[in-house]
Amino acid sequence: MNNYETVFILTPVLSDQQMKEAVEKFKNLLTEQGAEIVNEENWGLRKLAYPIDKKTTGFYTFLEFKADPSVIGRLEVNFRRDERVIRFLTIKQDHFAFEYAEKRRNNKGGKKQEDRTHGPVKETAKVEEVELEEKED
Amino acid sequence: MAKQSEIRYLTPVSVDVKKKKYCRFKKNGIKYIDYKDPEFLKKFLNEQGKILPRRITGTSLKFQRRIAQAVKRARHLALLPYVTDLMK
Repeated sequence: MNNYETVFILTPVLSDQQMKEAVEKFKNLLTEQGAEIVNEENWGLRKLAYPIDKKTTGFYTFLEFKADPSVIGRLEVNFRRDERVIRFLTIKQDHFAFEYAEKRRNNKGGKKQEDRTHGPVKETAKVEEVELEEKED
Repeated sequence: MAKQSEIRYLTPVSVDVKKKKYCRFKKNGIKYIDYKDPEFLKKFLNEQGKILPRRITGTSLKFQRRIAQAVKRARHLALLPYVTDLMK
């Protein structure tokens, strides 16, 4: 059993109900094959950085799970076959990623999830700019 | 004659030492770079969304590789653009 995480983007044309159904479908698919879902996050409707299939927004869903490597192939085939999924990424967590994910899960209840639902925060961008200018000198 | 060969400056010569660059990941003990956090990754991109070289950011080679990996993942998920103008 390895630890994996996957992010997938669903088309914005779905209703809330349909969206939840799609997420449920993939979760069931995982559990049926003996995977254990550790964490699920719904980032909601987010703006894409560039258009995909002429769509500028998408529903992001993030799943963390424990599974055998053979499960991943089947999961990805299902992602490709499903027209509602416009983009997906599955990665295996190495031990640094696993530690980070644990930390993230623990403070998820607080501010982290709020940030996600409200999209990127603007203030931080300004700070970065100043920092970078300093570096270039 | 001797006076003419002397070099004279109009403004006083500045001799301040350049600040040494450092790897922020090593310094702060960050071990994992998250591709899900585009705001953080933007620190390592220029206005066109290109990854900044190590010589500017001062990142160590090990973490530069991880930044590159994370940025590429974020681009795939449309969290960061592949090409853009005036990102900041």
